[in-house]
Amino acid sequence: MSKKVVVETTINGEATEFLCEPRQSLLEVLRDELELTGSKEGCLTGDCGACTVIINGRPTCSCLVLGVEAQGKKIDTIEGLARPEGLHVLQRKFLEHAALQCGICTPGFLMSAKALLDRNPSPTEAEIRYALAGNLCRCTGYDKIVRAVIDAANTLSGARAA
Amino acid sequence: MAAATDERNFKVIGTRPIRHDGVDKVTGRARYGADYAFPDMLHGKMLRSPYAHARIKSIKVDKALALPGVKAVVTSADFPELPDKMEAAGEAPVNLAHLSENLMARDKVLYDGHAIAAVAATSPHIAEEAVKLIEVEYEVLPPAMTVEDAMKPGAPIINPKLRNKEEGDKPTNVAAHIQFKRGAVEAGFKEADFIVEREFRTAMVHQGYLEPHNAVAIYNADGKSTIYTSTQGSFAVRALASAVAGVPETSLKVVPAEIGGGFGGKLTIYLDPIALVLSKKTGHPVKMVMSRADVLRATGPTSGSTIRCKMGCTRDGKLTAAEIWMAYEAGAYPGSPVGAGAMTIIAPYNIPNMIIDAYDVVVNRPKTAAYRAPGATNAAMASETIIDELAEKCGIDPIEFRLKNAVKEGDPQTAGPPYKRIGFIETLEAIKNSPHYKSKLEGPNRGRGVASGFWFNVGMNSSAVVNLNADATASLVIGSVDVGGTRAAQAMVAAEVLGIKAEDVRPSVADTDTIGYTDMTGGSRTAVTTGAAVFMAAEDAVRQLKERAAKRWEVKPEEVAYQDGVLSCGDKRMTIKEMAAQFARTGGPISGRASINLRSVGPSFATVCVDVEVDTDTGKVKILRATCAQDVGKALHPSYVEGQMQGGTAQGIGWALNEEYVYDDRGNLRNFGLLDYRMPTCLDLPQIETIIVEVPAPGHPIGSRGVGEVNIVPPPAAVANAIARATGVRMTELPMSPPRLLKALLKKRGSADTQVAAAGR
Ligand code: FES
Ligand code: FES
Repeated sequence: MSKKVVVETTINGEATEFLCEPRQSLLEVLRDELELTGSKEGCLTGDCGACTVIINGRPTCSCLVLGVEAQGKKIDTIEGLARPEGLHVLQRKFLEHAALQCGICTPGFLMSAKALLDRNPSPTEAEIRYALAGNLCRCTGYDKIVRAVIDAANTLSGARAA
Repeated sequence: MAAATDERNFKVIGTRPIRHDGVDKVTGRARYGADYAFPDMLHGKMLRSPYAHARIKSIKVDKALALPGVKAVVTSADFPELPDKMEAAGEAPVNLAHLSENLMARDKVLYDGHAIAAVAATSPHIAEEAVKLIEVEYEVLPPAMTVEDAMKPGAPIINPKLRNKEEGDKPTNVAAHIQFKRGAVEAGFKEADFIVEREFRTAMVHQGYLEPHNAVAIYNADGKSTIYTSTQGSFAVRALASAVAGVPETSLKVVPAEIGGGFGGKLTIYLDPIALVLSKKTGHPVKMVMSRADVLRATGPTSGSTIRCKMGCTRDGKLTAAEIWMAYEAGAYPGSPVGAGAMTIIAPYNIPNMIIDAYDVVVNRPKTAAYRAPGATNAAMASETIIDELAEKCGIDPIEFRLKNAVKEGDPQTAGPPYKRIGFIETLEAIKNSPHYKSKLEGPNRGRGVASGFWFNVGMNSSAVVNLNADATASLVIGSVDVGGTRAAQAMVAAEVLGIKAEDVRPSVADTDTIGYTDMTGGSRTAVTTGAAVFMAAEDAVRQLKERAAKRWEVKPEEVAYQDGVLSCGDKRMTIKEMAAQFARTGGPISGRASINLRSVGPSFATVCVDVEVDTDTGKVKILRATCAQDVGKALHPSYVEGQMQGGTAQGIGWALNEEYVYDDRGNLRNFGLLDYRMPTCLDLPQIETIIVEVPAPGHPIGSRGVGEVNIVPPPAAVANAIARATGVRMTELPMSPPRLLKALLKKRGSADTQVAAAGR
């Protein structure tokens, strides 16, 4: 086991320092060291997307990133999505559309969808499905998830137009 | 129990409130099993067999124990030997020896991934390193990987103690032979104008829940212990884990964590007693979480199968006879769902003459576990594609063909009493009248297929408590874990009876010390049985409200009416709010309760219609459109009912097209990751349309039938039927993956070419 390393990052807007072993993944650091257990583990091989966080604006499987690689990066996790004023529109739409059953995939989908809407505020259904194809959901058949994201995008663009 | 309430006007049931646990789940706050952590907690990891079949000659653990940070290693020697017979444990009889050996191999390993030893250490990485230091000496034995391998004379014997009734004292891999018979089969086939007979193979597939199995166990110095785990049934975990660990059942409390999917796969246990024994040995809390590879290699998938199915019908489409032989892979220990397969395979149809022979066969693969309508999907792949072929031969629309033969109230089931009121015909009519079925499908290599499915649903035991608060809101306590909307649906039932809003009921899922015995969330029973228990608990609270009012108004309780939150008698009126505010002065808190055993529940039918397009160069199938119609009795929360229908349809499509366990000839699983065990992504599926059919289940206070399972049954057959109509190729093997379909297409093209060539000569 090699020595722990100090890593300086910004997590959900807060400057955050943590200690981690070089072999620990960012997901493990978030969950086990920082107690941010909202990011989930489904595979550890980059195939399910349950661990998705946004690193410097890009949706990323945190299981494929080492904790030490977070040095100097800006990381957004599910814990930072809601504001004190209320839920993010994606979170609201997921609830209204019943876009979750067991909910284990939900944090990952929300982060992937947020990264999509940040970069493309009015995606087509095909673009949404493409952007979410790295996230597996075994419960819903995706139908309600896709509808929720479409509705969230419409709500956001409606708010911008107004 | 109250009578069926078909004509009742529900106010809350059937609406779509936001689920009560929703905010926790969209903010990442909900605590799933792997999210639990305790001070001083150790991490457990498992050593697993690299061989499909081997004798364990020795296990040496000293090097592992010497690694700094390692606190304990356990093997089968740390667990009691349990009786090799079926015994009541929890909700159904279980062979405890098999259960225990499956969790920790004793003298033989029976599949790639079979657990051999477990380590507890101060970090998961140290535990993993220690696992690699355990030395095991094996005598490798030849494996039997398929039912054909395992049934042939001279096959390697997997469990030397296994016997069946027919073979006497001869060691065997056939755990059971079940037979169902009706009428005179030979005569039935004589009446037939058309007969189709085919042999089918379906691959072993996994439930594929996104959350790996997990358990945190804390053994206390006073002999009491607690397990936090993601499970479909906390009382089952209590019964099974205590037996395997060798502790008294009620010394263990099981706290159900949030659960990231189960589909039947989290009805049994894997890690719980191992973590408990490690905790007992070390005095620390011990957490164990499976890797995805462990989930695929060593937890129960559902059976692969071989089915020979022969059916005949008259020219005008009346089925006359069926003859079926089916063998299911049980995995390393007996218990495949072949019995359910046999009882469902022709359950939707009136067939006067039939014989079904079903075999439960052990093979060197993981012990199978329940998966959504276990056994029925394999079976329907055979029967529903043959029915399609018969309809084609008769020149009858496949839905009309099914309508001619469909079961209705009073018709015989394959086993058991005649059907009560059921909604099969209604699901067929729903698809027939759907915009999907009425639409035209045009273009080359496109086809439309339909198929139907049947599932029993189960009742069993549930408990519920409804406590009224002084502000006329209520808390609801249930023991059924929430796999996908249970809290919301149950709160709605309580709100309906109490005449308050769904939002004014706060539901919680309680641990095994806090609520009365409740069976698993499985068998599509939660909406039905827990729903009935919640209904009766709320009625119990209403009864108490009426008694209070009666006392106050000096009338008999029977004279007091209660509707929409208002107590009344003649011109006297009082709202639940007014009454609730005075609990303390009128006799104390009001708490309604019910614990019930529901014996008979209404079965479910579903019919699915699928449009496909086949790429004839690659064999890839694209799903263009899918619609599921299902009889749910009465939908409590329609959004979550639709979600079940969509999810089951999607799983069925994955089973149809991609998913399979791939073993090499030495019996090692080759696709133990989610890249190679390929489940559908949102790019693989269209929007899935749903038609909720509501034929109330007789004898249920709300009319609910289960909703969770039957929707997975029709899709593989529906996709196969669509492929047949698109290409003329009848597929008999699952999955219908590109290589397999391409091979079939080339074969057909080859024979067509030969014919063309022959004709030209
Ligand atoms: S846990 Fe990271 S992709 Fe599955
Ligand atoms: S809601 Fe269960 S995996 Fe998506």
